[in-house]
This record gives sequence, C-alpha cells and structure tokens, in this order.
Amino acid sequence: MKVVIASGKGGTGKTTVAVNLAWFLANCGRKVQYIDCDVEEPNGNFFISAHFSERIPAFVMLPAVDQQKCTSCGECSSKCRFNAIVRLPGNTMIFPELCHGCGLCLLVCPTKAISEDEREIGIIERGMGWGGISFVHGVLNVGEPMPNPLIRKVKEQGLADHIQIIDAPPGTSCSFVETISDADLVILVTEPTPFGLHDLKISVEVARARGRSICVVINKDNGIFRPLEKFLEERQLTITARLPENRKVAEVYSEGNILLEELPDYRAHFSSIAAEVFRQSENLMHSPMGVLP
Amino acid sequence: MKIAVTTSGDSLAAPMDSRFGRAAGFLVYDTDTKVLQVVDNAQNLNSAQGAGIQAAQTVAEAGANVVITGHCGPKAFRVLQAAGITVYNCEAATVQEALGLFGEGKLLTASDADVEGHWS
Repeated sequence: MKVVIASGKGGTGKTTVAVNLAWFLANCGRKVQYIDCDVEEPNGNFFISAHFSERIPAFVMLPAVDQQKCTSCGECSSKCRFNAIVRLPGNTMIFPELCHGCGLCLLVCPTKAISEDEREIGIIERGMGWGGISFVHGVLNVGEPMPNPLIRKVKEQGLADHIQIIDAPPGTSCSFVETISDADLVILVTEPTPFGLHDLKISVEVARARGRSICVVINKDNGIFRPLEKFLEERQLTITARLPENRKVAEVYSEGNILLEELPDYRAHFSSIAAEVFRQSENLMHSPMGVLP
Repeated sequence: MKIAVTTSGDSLAAPMDSRFGRAAGFLVYDTDTKVLQVVDNAQNLNSAQGAGIQAAQTVAEAGANVVITGHCGPKAFRVLQAAGITVYNCEAATVQEALGLFGEGKLLTASDADVEGHWS
C-alpha cells in the first residue's frame, strides 16, 4: 500500500508525520518501507537512522543526433513537448536540461538519426533503518532542474508487500503530482496559517483531480484559525488527526529524534492516522483493483 | 539583411519588448526590400519551458541575420549563435528607434547572454 504524506507549504510537518507514522506502524508489527521522494532535500534518513547498503546511479535517456544522417526536417523539434530540440539548417541541437527523456524524438525521426545516450541525474540510496524499516531515497544532482525522472525511479524501488510511507517534496507542482500519481492514500499535512491553508486548497484540488483518496492532518493545531476549519467543513474533508501546537515538538525534530518516543502523548493521534491507513487498505482489498498488505 | 526586433506590436511605432523568449512577437525588417514582416511568438510565449530556444528557432526560420532585443538568456543565445545571428541589446522605446540606432551603428554586439534564464 502506498501512503503519501504531502503538504504544499514547506515546514508544515510532512517529515514529522511520515517518520512517526512509519515508527508507529513498525511498532504495530507491520512491514514498513520509508520512501523519501523529496529528492532535492532528502532528510528522512536522519530520523530513520538509515544505514545505506546500496548506491544506484540514476540515469535519464538523452537523445543524441547524428548530424550526418539528420536532414533538418524538424520533425523531432516540432513534436518535442518540452521544447528541448532546436532545428537549425544542418544543426539539430538538443538541450539536455530541458529533455525529459521521453524518447518521442527517436520514434518520429524519419531517418533514424537520433540514438539513445544517457545522462546521470542523481543517485538512489537503499538500506535499513531502526525497527526493521526498509529505507530508500533519491538525491538529485546539484543544478539538475528536473526531479521527476528521479522521483519515478525512487518509487520503482517500492516493495509491494510493505506499507510504503512516501514523503513528498514540498510544493504542488510537477514533483508533487508525480509523487501522488499512484498513491492509495494522500495524507495532507497542514497548519493553521493563511499560508498553510492556501497551499492546502491547491493540494486538495490537485489530489482530487488525480482521483486520489485524501485525508487531512492539522499540525501545530491551536483550534483558532477559523478559515481552515471552514474550508475543511465546506469541502467535507476528513480530519484524521490534530497534532497540538507544542514547542517541544520542534525541539525534538531539530535534534533528529522521534516525536512518539520523546512525547508519548502524541501516540493517540498517530493511532488515528494508522487507523485511516488500515481503513483505506481494507477498502482496497475489497476493490477490484487488487490486494494489499 | 533581415533584422528581427522583439515587440508586442505590428508597426514601426510599436513599443519594443525587452524580453526575447517571451516576447509577444517579432518585427522582421528587410533592409534590402524595406518590407516589414510580423512574426508571432504567442506559442513560445506560453510554453512551460524552452521559450527562448524556440523563439530563437522562430527568428532563424524567418531568415533573420540580426536580433535586437532588451535581454537575451544563455540558451537562446547559444541557438542564435549557432544560427549565425548577431544579437544586439537595446533599450529603445520603439521598434523604429531601435532600427534607427542600429542603422547609425550605435548598438553594441552582445558577445554573451546578458541575463540568466527566466530573468523577467
């Protein structure tokens, strides 16, 4: 089962929720895999105390043009949706930083002048953390503009017989869409601030447009930000847990510790989140889509 | 010689657009025939990425030898250079003024991109 923890706004508590949910589920005796898809700034490994046993370089396909065979017909350039190819007479130029490696240009080239080369965009690291949690994350190369191909490859490391806790990158654009694309449940973490609400609205819209099941966790809850409560009521969103605002939580996080170990009062909230995960898992089991752990 | 000037208008009196890749369009002036051609850039203007390089391809296809624009980013500059098009940076208010300054030899050739991509 794939559970994505996402938020839109950065700093709302995605990693806190993801790490502690993984801890809780592992302590329930479940097989858990933590997948950090925040490839631009992965940090889940610190909390999970991951020991890496494998480093796998990640490549994307990069087209290479044989200028001898190329007739400058412009088919590749006009079909490329990412504007990565420029056709000049006698010179077809590829812009690697714009190429998504989709391979369409290879298919449309009438003279087979384009071949497959590859380009390294980052690495995938795999290992184990505490409590038998299987861990995987991706680290995007510095200066690399496109996280999506790496996110896709990190997700391919998902173990089908585990509950996959997937930490999403912040934001609500391409990398978020990629991360939630096949999620069985999207847990949206928000905070009672105008910024948190603004991004929650976008996240809800995107996740619904992608047909994902959503539930909401309010972090740093103080119960007094009315616009958030109103939005959640209006959109009939399930509030799975309200994590009370507490300076101690930030202190525990900043030291790389586990909230549920340091502040056991929060366990009841994570029990509710875990229950939502199990409920979704039950639903899926009875759906024609397939069986889940 | 054909000179492409970035603009949002369709006449010599039109204001210059200081952007290259996301300019609304180009006015291409042929100094030999004195013909003025309007080249639309709307498709590139609205593209998610690669606007500059596609705009460069567009002006190359229009047969321009010279581009006069406000600012040009690195990728567009590479394409223009590969196409043998000379780039001039200019802060003139209108297309006519830009062409005038060019004719008087008052514009300097850009030897490199003068801004980072996505500057505006």
